[in-house]
Amino acid sequence: MSQANIMDDEVDIVIGALHSDLTTFMNEWRPVFSQFHLIIVKDPDLSGEIQIPEGFNVDVYTRSDIDRVVGSSTSILFSGYSCRYFGYLMSRKKYVISIDDDCIPAKDNEGSLVDIVAQHITNLITPATPFFFNTLYDPYRKGADFVRGYPFSLREGVTCALSCGLWLNLADYDAPTQALKPELRNSRYVDAVLTVPVRAMLPLSGINIAFDRELVGPALIPALKLAGEGKFRWETMEDIWSGMCVKVISDHMGLGVKSGLPYVWRNERGNAIESLKKEWEGVKLMEEVVPFFQAVRLPRSAVTAEDCVVELAKIVKEQLGQSNPMFVRAAEAMVEWIKVWKAVQSG
Amino acid sequence: MAHPITPLSPPLKDELDIVIPTIRNLDFLEMWRPFLQPYHLIIVQDGDPTKVIKVPDGFDYELYNRNDVNRVLGPKASCISFKDSACRCFGFLVSKKKYIFTIDDDCFVAKDPSGKEINALAQHIQNLLTPSTPLFFNTLYDPYRDGADFVRGYPFSLREGVSTAISHGLWLNIPDYDAPTQLVKPRERNTRYVDAVMTIPKGTLFPMCGMNLAFDRELIGPAMYFGLMGDGQPIGRYDDMWAGWCAKVICDHLSLGVKTGLPYIWHSKASNPFVNLKKEYKGIYWQEEIIPFFQSIILSKECTTVQQCYVELSKNVKEKLGSVDPYFQKLGDAMVTWIEAWEELNRPKEASAAAEPKSVKKEEASPKSK
Repeated sequence: MSQANIMDDEVDIVIGALHSDLTTFMNEWRPVFSQFHLIIVKDPDLSGEIQIPEGFNVDVYTRSDIDRVVGSSTSILFSGYSCRYFGYLMSRKKYVISIDDDCIPAKDNEGSLVDIVAQHITNLITPATPFFFNTLYDPYRKGADFVRGYPFSLREGVTCALSCGLWLNLADYDAPTQALKPELRNSRYVDAVLTVPVRAMLPLSGINIAFDRELVGPALIPALKLAGEGKFRWETMEDIWSGMCVKVISDHMGLGVKSGLPYVWRNERGNAIESLKKEWEGVKLMEEVVPFFQAVRLPRSAVTAEDCVVELAKIVKEQLGQSNPMFVRAAEAMVEWIKVWKAVQSG
Repeated sequence: MAHPITPLSPPLKDELDIVIPTIRNLDFLEMWRPFLQPYHLIIVQDGDPTKVIKVPDGFDYELYNRNDVNRVLGPKASCISFKDSACRCFGFLVSKKKYIFTIDDDCFVAKDPSGKEINALAQHIQNLLTPSTPLFFNTLYDPYRDGADFVRGYPFSLREGVSTAISHGLWLNIPDYDAPTQLVKPRERNTRYVDAVMTIPKGTLFPMCGMNLAFDRELIGPAMYFGLMGDGQPIGRYDDMWAGWCAKVICDHLSLGVKTGLPYIWHSKASNPFVNLKKEYKGIYWQEEIIPFFQSIILSKECTTVQQCYVELSKNVKEKLGSVDPYFQKLGDAMVTWIEAWEELNRPKEASAAAEPKSVKKEEASPKSK
């Protein structure tokens, strides 16, 4: 494992702050985060100063920074949970790890603290295997390998662009599920990382992810804003939309997406039933969104992640835009995002 | 760690057969007794038919050796492999039950991380009786397991899932590696207990292993043909994989699900990697053609039953893989023979009441103790 060769200066940890007091959060993560550069982006709608403890190498961005960099008309892209995307924009590192601010380190089955940075980086620097399912999961993990019947020509794998982690305690369920089963807590630590096969779609949860910013940074897009989007994860779909885009684009570019370890421990927050009262349009949206993404094919001419996003935006507008103006706005946001991305990267 | 508990009345006791191919002995059944004794066994004895295989007392079973296979199938017996565990599919053919669990005679009861013995059959049954979710990947794996559910973003219209046709279990200790990997890593043991069951997404192929496998015979039985392997054939150790690729393509076409993961069994015997290499050698090259074949095949809409799908598949095998090696012509023919045998032995219930099939159960030899 060459994880030790990944210098601290190749990794940024991006946190979207939806709470202003991050003291407990940062202290909990200190053993894992202290040697890395952190980017904290304050939700522009949040009032009050961000409080962070001493001893971290951190840059904090607030509403005024967002307005300055992208202009106040575009800054709407970055409100609420989507503020983290501004962090991705500002990052200059190859790898980005991003978690919600209501998570703390989990413990594995042996009782040791899970180092999500080490695990995410391992996931990103070892190949993914999207073309054929390995029944012993990640063949590059110690103690595992490709099983009998796995074609040899596919054993080199492809570069992994995205690593999706999981959550113990409060798993990422939607409001109806959590409201129906208020006692449901995830206590199952599944000791596996696996590649999500090509053309298989998944619901990407933004709660605990990592990605290769150089490869797919532009493809993580703050585009889909629910009319009733709120400050609890149950009330958002931005990451789910973003995840569909990233998966389609990764599949198109021949890159891999992994899911599984590492786990974070997610704390209680909010009331699912209260969230239910808000119109759960996001839930209804998925019915259209999923078949669309399963069928969409990007043109061969789209080679970079930026190209792919622009092409995808066109198709979104044409096909999904017919049924719901929200998708037209999403398509426009995607185009806007790429403009901003290109401007910031070159500037 | 929640397991399906072994209930007072064994689930599916009269609806499930356990098929075991063997050439050695069935001593391993002693360890499985608490979990498997209530069920009916179909033993397929490979190799020398004059050898007497002793079945531990207390098991209800039927046993078939090569002579029985020939007697039951007549000329169609040519599709059943000899001197290879692929012969197990004969057991699938003659079973009269809805479900099959098949296990190798060097597979023992494993323990979970808490030290508890794993009832592999109960887990397979749970896998088969709960839906699969091939159309969208659930990041928390099987949403029907206790303590899990569908995650945010999972479309509600897909939460009913589809029927599960196959439950593919895994192995602790000796992993199912191919010969080259065995040669390079002779000491590697699988010690990682991954507490998950998951559906293999639609459109994705996998290498199916026959060591620890269960399936719904009514849903997918005719596709579980383990090919021509062993004596007189140019390859071996591709039987279960072949069945798996055929079955997965058909499951995807018919909207059936395939699960993999739990249960684990303890695989005790590492086969000789040099012997394995000889058997697998051609397969390693042919695989490079076989996989793209299965990845690109599209079955026609008119194929609505497993048998129809399988026959169409056999035509494609002959047409598209025939140029790789004449073996595939033979295999394609054998696939058709298999379906013919399947149809003959598995006539719909009304028809078979009238026409008594050739006596399948052996009356003479080994006594069947209850």
